[in-house]
Amino acid sequence: MKTKTFFKTTIISITAYAVAFIFAVPYLHMLTTATKPDDELFMMPATYLPSDWQWVNFIQTFENAPIGIYLRNSVIISLLATLVVLVVALPAAYYVARFKFRGKAIFLLLVLVTQMLSPVALVVGIYREVVTLGLVNTYLSLVLVSAAFNLAFAIWIMAGFFASIPSEIEDAAFIDGCSRFMAMRKITIPLALPGIATALIFTFIAAWNEFVIALTLTSTVDKRPLTVGINTFIGQYQVQWNYLFAAAFISIIPVVILFGSIQKWLVSGLTAGSIK
Amino acid sequence: MSNLKYRPDGKFRTPPLGPLPWIAPSLILIATWVFWPAFEMVRTSFREVSRSGLILGYVGLENYSDLIARPELVTIFARTFLWVGTIVFFTAIISLPLASLLNQKFPGLTVVRWFIILPWAASVFSTALTFRWMLNGYYGFFNTLLVDLRIIDEPIDWLGYPTVALAWMVAVAVFVSLPFTSFVLLAGLQTIPNEVREAAQVDGASPWRTYWRIVFPLLRPALLVALVINLINVFNNFPIIWVMTQGGPGNSTDVTTTFMYKLAFRMQEMGQSAALATFNFVIIFMFILLFLRVSGWNKKDEN
Repeated sequence: MKTKTFFKTTIISITAYAVAFIFAVPYLHMLTTATKPDDELFMMPATYLPSDWQWVNFIQTFENAPIGIYLRNSVIISLLATLVVLVVALPAAYYVARFKFRGKAIFLLLVLVTQMLSPVALVVGIYREVVTLGLVNTYLSLVLVSAAFNLAFAIWIMAGFFASIPSEIEDAAFIDGCSRFMAMRKITIPLALPGIATALIFTFIAAWNEFVIALTLTSTVDKRPLTVGINTFIGQYQVQWNYLFAAAFISIIPVVILFGSIQKWLVSGLTAGSIK
Repeated sequence: MSNLKYRPDGKFRTPPLGPLPWIAPSLILIATWVFWPAFEMVRTSFREVSRSGLILGYVGLENYSDLIARPELVTIFARTFLWVGTIVFFTAIISLPLASLLNQKFPGLTVVRWFIILPWAASVFSTALTFRWMLNGYYGFFNTLLVDLRIIDEPIDWLGYPTVALAWMVAVAVFVSLPFTSFVLLAGLQTIPNEVREAAQVDGASPWRTYWRIVFPLLRPALLVALVINLINVFNNFPIIWVMTQGGPGNSTDVTTTFMYKLAFRMQEMGQSAALATFNFVIIFMFILLFLRVSGWNKKDEN
């Protein structure tokens, strides 16, 4: 029996490692391309690994393009968008999860509809609006658009989580003299923290990776996020693949770390959302 | 004294001002940044817009009739449905075993899950760019690999042939859809108590039978959620095709989103682009409503 279990675990492990490797291939390729010398990029047949690992390309990427500024912009925009979603989505999710009210179905439908509209379809309308409001090339416009597009998902996950916390716990707190806000702050929010964190990190990542809108709404380096910055390596005639992938690789690192850090909560966050 | 808030009928649960203070910020945010641009989109679809972006007035349904008169449109819609259907189908049948795999216990599980998350964490834009480079007809990694494995004799320009390019782009779209779908399914799997499975096995059911008779039916709600979200995302996806082929050669790999972009920014047909965008939205909206009705999404709420 024991050998059978051992055999089974071995097969499962090997399959899992193979799958993990397949998932890593494009990103490893990003890394190997980023570290290839210029002339090796255009060799036929292509080499699997750089003959000479040019880690200096990462430094040169920073020198060739204002990657530091792009990074700063991405951090500012994504953090602010996450903050807006927290402030706006949390009360809505809580209310939706706790109460029946007239128009609840319509509210949820409206939120769902925001996910059915493609950013590409809206980009012209958003641009016009931003021009009217005088917000062209500002952080604020990118922050609000990102927050609006990711609100639905945040409400969905947080509401699922709030709904999974029995309201009796809050009732007990009321009887003990807590106000609703105190009960929320002291009991519900701490219990729902995994769900809230999951929703916020999703928002951060989506804002970090947003491209089409940022491409349209930014016109100068000092406001451009990293995704748009990476795009500038694609010239009219030639693409500087090694610098491009060095920048792209840099852009992936923070989000992968963030995602990894919530891994433990990710599954429970999604559970609450999907069984609702 | 706050004990007074408690009323046996449970009424105390409703805060005094009703839902508005709680949901108004959300409504304002999406109204300003999603519904207003959407309204603009619909309005533009009934207007004539000059090449420089000046609005020349209402033209009724002219943009729609001009759009429908385009010979390529039927093919683009057919391709879009095929594209979405294929991707959602393959994502589902790969995610189901993948989720089961991630639900097993083995050394290094956390690290493996970390790797599976990669395509979700990375932007679709950079993943698509990487694949474009890997599929390059001259210097691409896939050509070296497949020639070395003697699967092909000489390098192939993978993205130069519409059908081949589409097949690769479907693969990329499935690849980036897998993490989310399999994690939602994994979340679903973890809500199934182990006792249920064990009971079936004690009764002598094979693992295969246990899966299809017990686990899969219980997984249905999670699968539906994952499929709907994936379907919407794929239907509205723009970067994969735009980055890899720009819908080319010609219009041979265009779907509605890329064609919409071309109409607006290449052909300067803002009105027709808006008409297509509106049409696109109506299709997905009807489809989702139908889907929710058929799948009995709201059953639980009604009870």
